[in-house]
Amino acid sequence: MTNAYELTGLRHRYGGRCVVDVPSMQVRTGEILALVGPSGAGKSTLLRLLNFLEAPTEGRLVYKGNEVGHDVPLDLRRKVVTVFQRPVLLRRSVAANVRIGGRIRGERHGGEKTDALLGRLGLAGFGHAPARTLSAGEAQRVALARALIVEPEVLLLDEPTSNLDPYNVGLIEDVVRSENHQRGTTVVVVTHDIFQARRIAQRSGLMMAGRIVELADTETFFTTPQRQETVAFLRGDLVDSGAYIPPPPKRRRRSRR
Amino acid sequence: METIGRALVDAIRLLRELDPELVETVALTLQVTLGALIIALVSGIPIGAAVGLARRLPGRALIVPVIYTGMGLPPVTVGLFTYLLLSNQGPLGGLGWLFTPTGMITAQTFIAFPLVVGLTMTSVQGVDPDVRTQMIALGASNRQVALTILTEARIGVTAAVVAAYGSIISEVGAVMLVGGNIEGETRVLTTAIVLETRQGNFALALALGIVLLGIAFLTNFLFHRLQVRQGGP
Ligand SMILES: Nc1ncnc2c1ncn2[C@@H]1O[C@H](COP(=O)(O)OP(=O)(O)O)[C@@H](O)[C@H]1O
Ligand SMILES: [Mg+2]
Repeated sequence: MTNAYELTGLRHRYGGRCVVDVPSMQVRTGEILALVGPSGAGKSTLLRLLNFLEAPTEGRLVYKGNEVGHDVPLDLRRKVVTVFQRPVLLRRSVAANVRIGGRIRGERHGGEKTDALLGRLGLAGFGHAPARTLSAGEAQRVALARALIVEPEVLLLDEPTSNLDPYNVGLIEDVVRSENHQRGTTVVVVTHDIFQARRIAQRSGLMMAGRIVELADTETFFTTPQRQETVAFLRGDLVDSGAYIPPPPKRRRRSRR
Repeated sequence: METIGRALVDAIRLLRELDPELVETVALTLQVTLGALIIALVSGIPIGAAVGLARRLPGRALIVPVIYTGMGLPPVTVGLFTYLLLSNQGPLGGLGWLFTPTGMITAQTFIAFPLVVGLTMTSVQGVDPDVRTQMIALGASNRQVALTILTEARIGVTAAVVAAYGSIISEVGAVMLVGGNIEGETRVLTTAIVLETRQGNFALALALGIVLLGIAFLTNFLFHRLQVRQGGP
């Protein structure tokens, strides 16, 4: 079994505060790995590191043998895509939004692929609709189609179905699972829905305060967790135990002004 | 009241006859306006986008107020500045652009350029910052990210075009100074209106005014159609 990612001594800090601290972790090629954990645990930050959106402050992040730091080559960056919790669609048609990933990679056509993907995601006939008019569930499905059309090696999902109704959750999970199954796409999904982890992931992990507390086969993780924190989190009383620390209000980065 | 009524009748006659002097003035107006507009857009949009998108821009604290000031410059001051620049003793006197349409285009470009830069900058900054992150996460290069954000800002950029166009076509002071309002050479609609009014040729002045309004409305009508097609209000 080969690894897609190998993390060694990985630390990421924001203004001196360490928000990700992972001494060792592997993401296996072709697996679906779920990460659960309370808000502010560093899950999104870890995904940003895995998508090469930021370079870790410390330690090694290796993707398929390539150590990744600053200035990640474009062709490497293009192997990994993220679907975020809030789908950010462009002021264009649904089809144009789906095609954008291919366009970025210099593909000029892609009409059939777009239609096929929209069909798989229950959006047949939506191609010409303005993307900004979609419901939250539809918009998230478009975001998933936009990520899948480029056939990424790695698909990162950051709470892709929170706030969605069961119909949309089911559709999205089905497509993710079949993509993983048919194309061998490596998937890392961050979710605070432990049942979602159980439904789709082969391995599951708990992240708290920047650390991976426990990471195991999904079955083991849910039936015979080894760590006290996992037991508490799965039982749902972490919030009461005082271990839950709400994240401080996000400061707007000064450089953007 | 009677003067206005007579002037209106005369104006309609002049328009119907396609008075050659009128046609010439309109042609030069369009030439100067479009010339300055195109130069201001081609140079101003990329610069405005770059300033708006730059994460770290040394001197932003100074650059932005300078742009804002440029957006509100009194045109006649710009005219004076361009005049001095292009006059025989000026640094660009050798070009011989003073009292030519090229000189007028130069002055009008100076007036429109800060407007284009400023409005492009603000509309680019108004785009959801997550668009950038999402595009990078989809594998876009820096250039592709910038182009996508600029395209997202297109309604605001069209507003920049409208503002620049309006400031150029309605401008009098600068073109008067730099062009000199020479008949058949540098006379545009606005300067012609000033002249004809002063000489008491109210019919001609009014006809010119109607044409000016008509052109402005027609163009803005087209700009608006464009905005609507882009999904704007
Ligand atoms: N850009 C940033 N600048 C400063 N702090 C940040 C930034 N992004 C996240 N953080 C902080 O890092 C911690 C982890 O955040 P995040 O990765 O979003 O957690 P999760 O996704 O698990 O809820 C939080 O305390 C958050 O406030
Ligand atoms: Mg998060």
